[in-house]
Amino acid sequence: MDATANKVRKTAVGSSLPHDSAHLHVSGRAAYTDDLPEPRDLLHVAVGMSSKAHARLRSINVDDVLAAEGVVDVCLAADIPGENNCGPIVHDEKIFATDTVEYTGQAIFAVAARTVEQARKAAELAKIEYEELEAILDPATAIEKGSFVLPTETLTRGDAAAAIGEAPRRLRRRITIGGQDQFYLEGHISMCVPQEDNGLLLYSSTQHPDEVQHLVANATNRAAKDVVCVCRRMGGAFGGKESQAATIACIAALMTAKTGRSCKLRLDRDVDMIMTGKRHDFVVDYDVGFDETGRIRGIDFTFASRCGVSADLSGPVNDRTMFHCDNAYFLENVNIESHRCKTNTVSNTAFRGFGGPQGMFAIEYAIDDIARTLDVDPLEVRRRNFYGIGERDVTQYGQAVEDNILDMIADKLEASAEYRKRRAAIREFNASSTVLKRGIALTPVKFGISFTATHLNQAGALVHVYKDGSVHLNHGGTEMGQGLFIKVAQVVADELGVPVSTIRINAADTSKVPNASATAASSGSDMNGKAAQLAARKIRNRLTEFAARHFSVKESAVDFEDSRVSVGSDSLDFAELVQLAWLDRVSLSATGFYKTPKINYDRSTFSGRPFFYFAYGAAVSEVVVDTLTGENRILRVDIVHDCGDSLNPAMDLGQVEGGFVQGAGWLTSEELWWNDAGELQTHAPSTYKIPTSSDLAPEFNVTLLENAANREDTIYRSKAVGEPPLMLAISVFHAIRDAIATDGNPLPALDAPATPEAVLRAIEAANP
Amino acid sequence: MLDGEIVELANVDPTRTVLQFLREDLGRTGTKEGCAEGDCGACTVALAELDGSGNGLSLKAVNACIQFLPTLDGKELITVESLDRHGTGLHPAQQAMVEHHGSQCGFCTPGFVMSLFALYKSQRDPTRRDIDDALAGNLCRCTGYRPIVAAANAMYEIPAADDDWLRQPHGSDQTVADRVERLRRIQHGNSLELHHGSRAFFAPRTIGELAGLLDAHLDATILAGGTDIGLWVTKQHRELETLIYVGEVEGFADISESDTHLEIGGAATFSDAMPAILEHYPLLDEVLRRFASPPIRNAATLGGNVANGSPIGDSMPALMAAGASVVIRSAGGSRELALDDFYHDYQVNDLRPGEFIERIRLPLPGPGASLRCYKLSKRFDQDISSVCAAYHLELEDDCVKSIRIACGGLAATVKRAAHCEQAMTGRPWTEDTIAEGMAAFARDFEPITDMRASAAYRLRSGKNLLRRLYLETRGELTESVYLYGRHG
Repeated sequence: MDATANKVRKTAVGSSLPHDSAHLHVSGRAAYTDDLPEPRDLLHVAVGMSSKAHARLRSINVDDVLAAEGVVDVCLAADIPGENNCGPIVHDEKIFATDTVEYTGQAIFAVAARTVEQARKAAELAKIEYEELEAILDPATAIEKGSFVLPTETLTRGDAAAAIGEAPRRLRRRITIGGQDQFYLEGHISMCVPQEDNGLLLYSSTQHPDEVQHLVANATNRAAKDVVCVCRRMGGAFGGKESQAATIACIAALMTAKTGRSCKLRLDRDVDMIMTGKRHDFVVDYDVGFDETGRIRGIDFTFASRCGVSADLSGPVNDRTMFHCDNAYFLENVNIESHRCKTNTVSNTAFRGFGGPQGMFAIEYAIDDIARTLDVDPLEVRRRNFYGIGERDVTQYGQAVEDNILDMIADKLEASAEYRKRRAAIREFNASSTVLKRGIALTPVKFGISFTATHLNQAGALVHVYKDGSVHLNHGGTEMGQGLFIKVAQVVADELGVPVSTIRINAADTSKVPNASATAASSGSDMNGKAAQLAARKIRNRLTEFAARHFSVKESAVDFEDSRVSVGSDSLDFAELVQLAWLDRVSLSATGFYKTPKINYDRSTFSGRPFFYFAYGAAVSEVVVDTLTGENRILRVDIVHDCGDSLNPAMDLGQVEGGFVQGAGWLTSEELWWNDAGELQTHAPSTYKIPTSSDLAPEFNVTLLENAANREDTIYRSKAVGEPPLMLAISVFHAIRDAIATDGNPLPALDAPATPEAVLRAIEAANP
Repeated sequence: MLDGEIVELANVDPTRTVLQFLREDLGRTGTKEGCAEGDCGACTVALAELDGSGNGLSLKAVNACIQFLPTLDGKELITVESLDRHGTGLHPAQQAMVEHHGSQCGFCTPGFVMSLFALYKSQRDPTRRDIDDALAGNLCRCTGYRPIVAAANAMYEIPAADDDWLRQPHGSDQTVADRVERLRRIQHGNSLELHHGSRAFFAPRTIGELAGLLDAHLDATILAGGTDIGLWVTKQHRELETLIYVGEVEGFADISESDTHLEIGGAATFSDAMPAILEHYPLLDEVLRRFASPPIRNAATLGGNVANGSPIGDSMPALMAAGASVVIRSAGGSRELALDDFYHDYQVNDLRPGEFIERIRLPLPGPGASLRCYKLSKRFDQDISSVCAAYHLELEDDCVKSIRIACGGLAATVKRAAHCEQAMTGRPWTEDTIAEGMAAFARDFEPITDMRASAAYRLRSGKNLLRRLYLETRGELTESVYLYGRHG
C-alpha cells in the first residue's frame, strides 16, 4: 500500500478544476429532484399543517379535502403501517400528529392530487378542531417551566467559581443570539416511485440518503433492503437537509404505500420555512473573571437553546456548543451548563457550524467585553488567551490542541489587513464624524473536525473500471454544491492516473454504498475522499499485479500517469491494460471503507478526543454604522483560512467566501421573528433577508493559507472546509460593536442579529 | 415566440404562470422555482418585445414565477435553455460563470445567468454598482457573490461563438433587425380575450376599451405588472374570475412632461418611470434603486404601486411629499385627486368600481425646494421598508417656508406627518426646530410592531431621520451608510 502511495502523482488533486456540474448549472441542464421526468402515474402531495402552537386535536375532518377537485387520497397518522416517527436519534417526532399538535406548521395529514395546485388548495380544506393548550414560545420560558427535550448537560474543568471570585476583574452579561434559516434555494422535495414486490425508490434532496432509507422503511413497515434512496445533487442544504429531509420523504413514501402510485412532495417556500428546522437561537449567560492583562482566570457559561418540540439533532448540536465555547482560547477554569429547551416551535436542527457558532460567539463576546473594560485593543486580549503550544494547550474536554497555528494566522492577517494602521485611522475618523461611525475587529476560528459521535466517522465508496477504461464512481457523500464530487473524483483520477473526464460521477445511492453517514460535520471530502482512494487503489494494485505478471516486469516497474501505464520501458494506454486485465479475469470493481483514526470520546464525561484535528482561520472586518438609524454595512473583509493542502483551491475558496457571507447574514440581516401566537412571520424571502450581491464587501480579500499541510493523515493532508469559515463572520458583529462603542457606552449591549433596530437599541440604551 | 418558433396556445388558464408553462407544460426545467413570489430570482427569464418605435427591441429580465402566461402575447420569451439551444457552446454569460466558479449548488444559477444576460444586452462597462443593481433580485446562498460579480465583469471579454443576436453584447446588435422582423410577424394589434371555464382574461388596446371593460366587469381585477397579484395566485391560491391586463393599452405607459408636471401613465413600469423622475429629483436615486429588483421594476408599474396602496409601498411617500396627484378615469370620465386624499384606510382608497388610475401627476420641483426620501430596511436591496420617509423642503432666509413629510411604515396608509410639519413651518432651520419637529412627529403616528420592526424602532428612527435631513441640508452629512466606501 505504502509503495503505491509514494508513486501516485498529484495531478488533478490540488488543481482548481471547476465544479463537475458547472457547465450543467449554467445551462439549466443540471437535474434537481423536481426536474426529473415524472412517472405517468404521479400524484402531487401537499401537507395539512397545524395552525396552533400547542393544542389537543379534538377532531380532524378531511371530507372536504377528499371532495376537492383532483384529489385522490389523504393520509393520516392512522394510515401509517409502520412507526409514526421521523426522529433521527430519539424517536420523539411524529410524521403526522396524533392527539396533540406541538407547533404551528406541524404536519397533521397529507393529501395527494393530480396537480400541485390541487393538492395545495385541498390541504387548506380540512376542518380541524383544536383545544388550545398553553404554549412555551421561547427558551427563557422553557427554563422557567422546566421544559426540555433532553437533560441539561454540564462540563467542568478546574474551579470556575473560585477563579472568578478571586480574579481582579469580573463581568457578567446575558446575550441573545438569533437563529437562522438555511434558505437553500431548492426547497425540500422527495419523489417516491413504487417498485415491484413492495419496493420503494426515493429521489430525495437529502444530505443523508441512508437515514431517509431507514426512516422510510420504518414508517412503511418494510426492511431497508426494500427501499432505495438516490440523490444526484441538492440545490443547497447547509445542514437543513440532514435530518429534515426524512420527514418529507416519509410523507411521500407513505402516500405511495397507500395509493400504490408515484408521489411527489415538494414544499412551497413558505411551507418549507414554517415546517422545517433551523439554526438554534440561544440565550447565553456568562460570568467571567480576568486579570488586568485581560487573561481569563475563570468563566461560567449557561447556554439555553431553542430546540423546538423534539430532540432531532439538538443533542449533538448543543454538545458542539459546549466544545466550541473556548474557540481559540485556553479556559483553565470553566463551567459550562447547557440547557436544551423544549419550545412549541419547529424542531431546530443542523445548520453549518452545528452549535459551534453560538459557543464561539459567546466567548468572543466575553473577550470583547474584557478588552473594552480594560480599554485595550481586543486583538491583544485575544492573543493573551490563545491556546499555547506545549503549554495551556488542552481543551476543556481534555483533547490536546496539537496543531495550533493561531498566532501564525493572526500575525499574517494583522499584517496583510493593516489592522493596526486602519484601527488608528478609524479612531481618527470617528472622532470627527458624528453620525457615521466605523469599526474594525479581528476574530479567530478554531473548529473541531469529526462527528462527535465517533461511530458516524465512517465512509464507503464503490469504484468500477469498465472494459474501455472509463470509471464509475460512487461514494456515500452527497453533493449540495460544496464540490465534494469533483474533489473525490480528483482523488480517484490521480489514483488511476487518468484525467477526471474519464470518471463518471454518480448520484449518492443507498444501493451502491450502504450505511453511509450524513454528508455533514465538514467531513465529506475527508472521509469519502479516503474511502474512494482506497477503492481505486485496490483496482490499481490489481492492475499493477496483473501488468507485472503479464509483461514479466517487477511491480515497481508499473506506473500510471496521464491515461498511460508504463511497464518497464514500454507503455500502453490505461484502457488497453484494462482490456487485457479483463481478459485475464481480474476484478475491476472495488469498494473502499474508511474510518477516521485516533478519535475516541466518552459522551458520559464529555472527555476524550472527539476531533481528529482542528481547522483554523481568522478574519478582519471593517464596517460603517449610521448611528441615527442603526443601518450598517461591511466595508472591507480580509481572511486567512487554513484548508491544509487543498484538494481543490477553487472549491475551498468558494466555501470560505460563501461561508463568511452566510455567517454575516446570520449576524446582521437574517432575523427569525415569531408573533405572540408562536407563528413564524419570516417564512419567505420577502420577509427573511439573506445577503444579496450588494452586501458583499467592496473589498474582500481571501487567502488560503499556503504550505499548511494537515499534520494528521487526511486525504492529501487537506483540511475540512465546509463549516469553519462561517464563524469568520463573528468579526463583522464585533466590528459593528467597535463602531458604536463610545466612552459613554463602552460595552454596547448589542444582540445578534445586528439589524438596524438591534444596533439602534444598543446605541440608545446608554442615552434613552 | 420561443427559440424562434411561434408558440400558439389555446384554452390557456389566465393565471397560469410562465414558470408553470415552462416546467410543467414544456418540460423545460432549466428555469427554477425558489420562492414563487418574485423574491429570489431563480426563475428569472428575459422578455424581448418591440420597443416604442417598433424598429428596435426592448429586453428585460422578469420573474417567471409570477408572470401570467397571457401577458406574453406578442413577445419573445428567452430562457436559460435559449442561450445555448443548439449546443454550439455556452453563452459568454454562462462561460464566465463556469470560469469564475460562479455556481456551487447551481440552483440559483440559471436565474443569475439570465440576469447577467440582460445586463450583457443592456450595458457594456458596468460598474460594481451596476452589477449589484442587475443582480439585486437574485439570491445565492452558496457563493457569497464574489465569483458571480467577477463573472459579470469577465463576460464581455469572452468572444461570442457566433453572430446570433443573443450572443452579441450591448451596442453591437447587428442582427437585431432579424429579431425585430420575427416579432413583427406575431403582432396582431387586436384586443385579446381569453376564456377558461368561468374565468376570463382581457387585454384591451385603448384606454377607452379599458374603461368600457371595467364598466362591464365591475368586479374585475386590473392586472399590470402582476408582482402582487401573482402572489394571490401562487401563495393564496385565489381564483381570479376576470382579469383585465393593462400592459397592451396604447399610450397607457407613456411618460410626458408639461411646464409644471411630469405625467406618468398608469401602466408605466418603474424601470421606465425611474429615469424620468430622477431627472428632476436626483436625490431620490438611492431609494429608487432600492425599490425591489430589476425583474420586479421591469414588470411593476407606478400606477399599480399607488393603487395597491400598501402602507409600506416605497413610491408613495416621495410622490405624496412632492404633492403628486392621480388622475382617475372611468367610462364616465376622469377626475383628479391629490394623493393626500387618495388613501382612506388600510387597503382602502378612493377608487370606485370601474375606476382606474390613468396617470400620476408629479409636480416639477420649484426653485429652492428639495425632495429627499429615506428607506430603512434590514437589507439594502430588494427589501420592504420598515420606514420610508420623504421630505419636500422649501427654505427661505434659512427659515422653513414649507415642509411636507410623508411616511410609509408608520400607519395603516402612507401618511403625512401633519403635526411635525406644522411644528416646523415658518421656523428657523435649526437644531431646535428639528427637536420640536421630532417631538411633534411622535404625535403623528402610532406604528405597529411586526416582523420588519418594532413600533418603538419605527418611531425612533422616523424621528432620527429628521435629524438626518437637517444634517444633509447643512452639508454636515454627505454620505449615506449604503454608499460609503462603495463609489465607482
